[in-house]
Amino acid sequence: MITASLIFVISLATLLQFSISHCRSILASSRKVGLSDRVREVAGIDGQSSVAAEDFRRLLELVRLCPERGDDQSEIRAVGTYYGALDVFGRACRSIIPSLAAWTERERQSCSYFAAVALDRRISYSRDLLTQQGGDRL
Amino acid sequence: MQLGPFDYAFWLVGFLLEAYVVVCSFYRRAFLRYIPLTIYMFIVALVNGGQYHIIHTYGLRSSQYFYYYYYSDSLLFILMYLVVIHFYQQVFAEMKVERYIRGAAVLLLAATALFSYIVVHDHKDHLTTNFVVELEQNLSFVGVVLIYLLWGAILKLRETRTRLIQLVLALGISYSATAGTYALRNLFPDASMLRWVPPIIGVWLPLAWAYTFTRVSEESRLVTARLAVGTR
Repeated sequence: MITASLIFVISLATLLQFSISHCRSILASSRKVGLSDRVREVAGIDGQSSVAAEDFRRLLELVRLCPERGDDQSEIRAVGTYYGALDVFGRACRSIIPSLAAWTERERQSCSYFAAVALDRRISYSRDLLTQQGGDRL
Repeated sequence: MQLGPFDYAFWLVGFLLEAYVVVCSFYRRAFLRYIPLTIYMFIVALVNGGQYHIIHTYGLRSSQYFYYYYYSDSLLFILMYLVVIHFYQQVFAEMKVERYIRGAAVLLLAATALFSYIVVHDHKDHLTTNFVVELEQNLSFVGVVLIYLLWGAILKLRETRTRLIQLVLALGISYSATAGTYALRNLFPDASMLRWVPPIIGVWLPLAWAYTFTRVSEESRLVTARLAVGTR
């Protein structure tokens, strides 16, 4: 009984840690990418300010309005799940552990930035499609 | 007890993903770099195919299925250890300590096999589901510890290869979830909800590895320090 309980608690802790790190490794791919003026304009992001944590859902809706690229669905879904979990966790610990709440806020901000980069890529893809269609007609 | 549509769906998705990882490993020319991983996925796909055959021939409640399931699972655990050891070799490649890692791996495998043999020998007259669950729980927990140590080494050595990091983390998630589920099954043997967890974990690993092989190139790099929990 004791061994099983101990194994359960340790496994749960490592599961959380590995899951967070895995999501962060997916988010890391977008960190190096700068946002274009076009996406800032479309998403209503000021030139100087960074993407706000609360923008995630709005950005995701804009992403869904663009034609699918076919290769980014799984990571958008994974980051969406991560954002949802952080949202719940952040709300739960806001009054109890403020430092943890601040950490979740930063993480959610990274998720929003990831969504903005995904939107940027989809807009570029849509433009390429339009250009291609225009070329085909000619 | 019969298998429902969800069981078949999980089985089929898992099987297809496992096959995809094997094909992708060849297609992306990652086979030589990840030989144990590819062989492991290939054998998992074979075992899944065998499982389907056994269920349809003997039934889900048959002793044949019981023994096939747990024996093949134990074999897969041993193969998975080889995958973990291979990851260790990749992470420590520049330190030229392959010989020591191989030695430690052989020792660990021998110790695990000996421990399992002693336990099975002592329980051979009453090889019950509870006992097997406990053995699997212990085996997967050894996996959790190994992966956790490897993750510590990755952070300490500032490993930057995104593909390797994602493969290790996906394996860590899979092992932790498996160990946790077996521990819960040990604590609550009658909890029927736990029946759904192993198929989900079974799909998770090939799904995550398929994603990594498809989307992350071997040349992709990241700053490892940013992945640790609690950092900015």
